[in-house]
This record gives sequence, C-alpha cells and structure tokens, in this order.
Amino acid sequence: MAADVETIDTVNALAEGGYKWGFSTDIEMDLAPKGLNEDIIRLISSRKNEPEWLLEWRLKSYAAWLTMEEPDWAMVNHPPIDYQDLHYYAAPKKKPGPKSLDEVDPELLKMYEKLGIPLKERAILAGVELPEGEAPQVAVDAVFDSVSVATTFRSTLAKSGVIFCPISEAVQDHPELVRKYLGSVVPAGDNYFAALNSAVFTDGSFVFIPKGVRCPMELSTYFRINARNTGQFERTLIIVEDGGHVSYLEGCTAPQRDENQLHAAVVELVAMDDATIKYSTVQNWYPGDVNGVGGIYNFVTKRGACRGARSKISWTQVETGSAITWKYPSCILQGDDSVGEFYSVAVTTNHQQADTGTKMIHIGRNTRSTIVAKGISAGKSNNTYRGLVRVLPKAEGARNFTQCDSLLIGNQCGAHTVPYIESRNATAKLEHEATTSKISDDQLFYCRSRGLSQEDAVGMIVNGFCRDVLKELPMEFAVEAQKLLAVSLEGSVG
Amino acid sequence: MLEIKNLEAAIGDKAILRGIDLVVPKGEVHAIMGPNGSGKSTLSYVLSGRPGYDVTGGTATFDGHDLLSMEPEERAALGVFLAFQYPVELPGVGNANFLRTALNAQKRARGEAEIDAPGFLKLARAEMKRLSMPDDMLKRNVNVGFSGGEKKRNEVLQMAILKPKLAILDETDSGLDIDALKIVADGVNSQRGPDFSAVVITHYQRLLDYIVPDRVHVLSAGRIIRSGGPELALELEANGYAAIVAEAA
Repeated sequence: MAADVETIDTVNALAEGGYKWGFSTDIEMDLAPKGLNEDIIRLISSRKNEPEWLLEWRLKSYAAWLTMEEPDWAMVNHPPIDYQDLHYYAAPKKKPGPKSLDEVDPELLKMYEKLGIPLKERAILAGVELPEGEAPQVAVDAVFDSVSVATTFRSTLAKSGVIFCPISEAVQDHPELVRKYLGSVVPAGDNYFAALNSAVFTDGSFVFIPKGVRCPMELSTYFRINARNTGQFERTLIIVEDGGHVSYLEGCTAPQRDENQLHAAVVELVAMDDATIKYSTVQNWYPGDVNGVGGIYNFVTKRGACRGARSKISWTQVETGSAITWKYPSCILQGDDSVGEFYSVAVTTNHQQADTGTKMIHIGRNTRSTIVAKGISAGKSNNTYRGLVRVLPKAEGARNFTQCDSLLIGNQCGAHTVPYIESRNATAKLEHEATTSKISDDQLFYCRSRGLSQEDAVGMIVNGFCRDVLKELPMEFAVEAQKLLAVSLEGSVG
Repeated sequence: MLEIKNLEAAIGDKAILRGIDLVVPKGEVHAIMGPNGSGKSTLSYVLSGRPGYDVTGGTATFDGHDLLSMEPEERAALGVFLAFQYPVELPGVGNANFLRTALNAQKRARGEAEIDAPGFLKLARAEMKRLSMPDDMLKRNVNVGFSGGEKKRNEVLQMAILKPKLAILDETDSGLDIDALKIVADGVNSQRGPDFSAVVITHYQRLLDYIVPDRVHVLSAGRIIRSGGPELALELEANGYAAIVAEAA
C-alpha cells in the first residue's frame, strides 16, 4: 500500500514538472482584507491579543518601512510588488481542540501526510496526545500561512527547561524574554523587508535554551504557505544561554500558483557564552514553472549574534526552491573566540534567480568564520553568491576561510560571485577560494558506462559537488536534501 | 559473443572506422593493436556508446543484442564494460558509493536483487584483497588525486566488482610500471572463463606477455588489415607496424 501511494506521488510529481509539494489545501480561512495600513496592523495585533508595547513596536516598524525603498542591488529582476494587493493575515478558522484524529479537519491531516510528516507526529500536530516514551527524536512546529498550527513535544522539552512554542504564545507566556530579544539582532529598521516583517509578522517559532542545557532532541519547523494572495511573514527567535546547545531545522513548501507570493521572514539567533546554535534549512518553496510563471519571492533576513565568548553559530542551507531568493544568513562575532559558519547549497533551474550568501562580522578577538558556498545553475537561471567578511579594528587574530564553488549545467545559465572583504586589523588572516566548473560530458559518459542513467549520473555528480555542505546537515535531512537535489535537476541535462 | 560487421563510424565529417569485421567468441580474449590514429579508441567508444560518434554503417551485436541502438547504461547492464584510457575524476563522490550505485543500477536493469551496503563492502574487500589494493581505495573519491597507475587499477577493480561479460580495455597498460601492469593483467586473467570475453586494445606487445590473447588483430586506417595468433604480436614488436601496413596495401 505504501508503495502504491509513493508511486502515485511520483507520477503526480512528474506530471507537475517535478514539484510534488504543489498541492493546496481547502481549509476554512480567517482572512484579513487585502492591503497594508495601520488598521491592518492593529487587527493582526488584536487577533493575537498582543500587549501594547508590541503593537507600538509594529507601528514604529511600519512607519520606518514607509520611509524606505526596496533594495535594488541584488542580481535579481522582478516586476514591482504591489504591497497593497496582499493579504497580511490568513489563518485556519479556530475550532475547539480535537480529542482524536477523527475530529481533526481531514484536509489539514491530508496536508501533513503530503508533507511527509510521520503519522504519529501528524496526530500530535493536530493536537492528539500520545503516550510518553513513544517519542520520535524530532519536535515539530508547523506554521501554516500565518499561524503556528501545533507544536509537538512541548511537555517533554519543558522538563529540561527548553521552551519551544509559537512566537505568538511566547509573547503571552514569556513576554519578558520576547521583549528583551525581539529586534535585538535584526532591528526593525534594518532593511526594507525586515521592517515590513516587523510590522506585520504573524507567527513563527520561539526557542529558549536555558543555561547549561543541551536540547535533548532536534527542533524542527515546517513552514507552509497555502492561501492565495497571501504573504507569509514569519518571525523566529532562538536564544541559547551560557553553555546551551540546540540544533534547529526548518523546511518550507508552498502550493503551485500562477501568481507570485511573497515570503519575508526574519530569523534572529542569540548565543551567549559557550553556547552553540546549529540552524539548518531545506528551502523548497514553489520555484515557478518552466517558463518562470509563479513561484515564491523569498526575501529573508537571517542573522545570528555570537554575543558570548566561545559561542558558535552555524548556518547550513540547501536552497532549491523559490522564484527569487534574496537571503544572507549572517553571524555577528562579538564574543572573543566565537565561531561563525555558513554552509550553503543553492540550486537554480529554469528561470529561478538566487542572490544569496552570508555576512561574517568579526568584532571580538580571535573570532573565526568559515564559509562554504556551492551554487548550481541549470536552465536559464542565475545564481549569485554575495558575501561580506568584515574585520573590525579590535578583532585581533580574526580568521576567515571562504570557498565558493559554482557548477554550471547547460549553456544558458549564469553563476556570479561577489565577495566583499574589509579588514581593519592587520593581524587578521582571510582566505578566499573560488572555482567554476561544468558537469563534463566525460563525467556523464563515465558514469553511464558503469550503468547509471543520465539523471542518476547528474544526481551523483551534483551530490559529490555539494558533499562538504551536505555532511553538515543532520542525518535525516541530509538524505532528504540529496533526493531533493536530484529531483530539482531532473531533465536539466541533455 | 561479440559480432561486428562492416562497422563504419565518423566524428563529424571525418571517417574513422571504415568497415570493421570482428568476431570475439565467448570465452576468448582478442588483442587489437595498431599505430596511433588507426581508430582503436574510436572502436572502443562506439562499442560502449559514447556520444559524439556517428555510426555511418554496419552492425555490432553482443549475444544477439543490437549494441548500437542501446544507451550506454543499457550496454553496461547487458555486461559491456569499458576500461578507460583516461579514467575520469568525480570530486566528492566516494568510490564505494559510486561502485555500489552502479552495480545496483545494473542489477535493477537486469531484474536482479540489489546488494545492500554490508554485502557490497564484503564483496569489494574480497576483490581488493585479490588485486592487492589498499583498503582506502574505497574511501577515496573516484579517481581524485589518484596516480596514473592507481586510476588504472581502479578501473580493474570496477571490472572485478561489476563482473562484465565483455570487457573492452582501452590502452589500460599505458603509463603503467611493470608491477602495476602485472596487477592489471591479473585482474583480467582472473575474470577469464567460458562466460567472459575481452577486447584488449594496446600499442605494445608487453601487456600481451601477461594477458595472452587468443587472437591478435592489426588495425590500420579504420580497418583490420591482419589477424593471427599471439605470435602476430611478437612479429609486430620485431618489425614495427610499417612493414605490415605496407604489406597489406
């Protein structure tokens, strides 16, 4: 039976041109009217029953946004976005909590199934309690359009002092933490999209790891845009106190739609003394069809602050989706001996455009950063690595190693590397390596002469090219990411 | 059995093979010798299906299957193996992973059960021991940073694991020292049996001291101009190609 379902999914995926997450779900929605103004922001804030200070913060962000202009320095092109033509709030209609799976909206369950969430977790996500001890190793938060639908394993996590919940709940239950850290890494006026997010963000995940605690399981969030003409503006805040440790994963999918949808998220990470945050993303938003129609505009600000000495923040991302990606997960290395890492695979096919990279800001002494970026371009796509390594005067002994590799498939795509290096300390050591290569006919024929199909050969060569990054992903994600790479590039050769 | 009839092939407008007739019966090893530019490598590529070569006439079948109409991976599943003159590097791809994926792709195509990772490692280690290859060969990336000799030995290891019915060795001896040559020859000899045939392409008689062929063919300007027993190779070594080419003209 399982095999049958898989076969059907595969056939559907092929028919849809490879994007098997392209379904939409019919669920009764609570939708705010289109457009953006102070009233809409007040509406969002009141729907979420927010305290006054948060509403004020939103309104201030909105005022800042109004004075700003959309950035145009990235190597991406798109028609102007009509910010008044979007819904800024969409949520599945609230019903009293279900007692068993039978009472859960079957469409919601179907969506979880299609997303590949295991049955047990589907039940938990839908609010059905399971006996303890049957726990899988990943706690899941699901954000469906604007709201977090359910978070699993909260009680298990609470026992070790870990808070993992929707940020809207954190605002209610832990206002002092949210107020202290929200906007402390990415200020409201940081950039155009961050200001927009600060004004209208609706939900996202909140993680707090107290002093000395190693989070006992991987934390994971599934983000799903479902409703039409909706922007998704999630906000994630992760705080790890002294000596704490967390590994957090996010996955993203969206339905296939002809129009473009806007996703402007903000992620803030704070690591105190000796704290470690590992943040992994497998981003697979709908990329648009072969002619470049539809797809998500993924304009995201992700930044981590290594505030404490010897703290470490590691970003790993595998990006195969979105019509346009504009995203630079960064590390502010403030604490002495702190470490920032960025491992990235960005794949673009058809008409996709990606302008992505990282910023490593060295402030503290002996701060170290590593950047490994792998860009793969196929079809008529454009793939740009844009990175900044900045060493400030007090960063004695700072070290950076950057490696940017581009792989071209076919002869109509582009790969661009734009590294900025600014050093204001003579003791800093900075290295930059870059390569550009093509999958050669020799490599393909060699693989095929050993029995691999053309597509398996491309998959194998691409996975080999990305190995340095994929090995940084947690095991389950690495397997998924490998399959995703192969599926994304199907039909791109020959 | 490999049967080639009046095979003609070209790269673009340039005719390279001009009517090759060759039969390699089951269980036999045939050597193909000839001067540079005679079409030896082209023959091996046409038989294994490398894109870029136009077959302009003739046929090539293996065990009754029309090779020329098959994709390279279909030929591999049928049991055709090409040991490359210049093995290709695959950065980031582990040798073990590559070989197991290839073996299983072939098994799948033939409708056989696939081999799991522990089963594969056992098989691979046994073959490596037989070929006196170090264990780390499996862990390294395919041909990346291999010396010339290591690359050729890796080709022989692949052959030993994939167990083809027809191996085509394209100047596998070039660039090998005498010890590596013996290892390569041992690899081929250990495959010899009633179900294995091989086409050994070489410039030099030296390899044929270790892989003793059933037949030797001389290729010149895209045609086989002379065939004989192993003694033909010795004659070539003594007199050079020019004498035979002149004699045939």
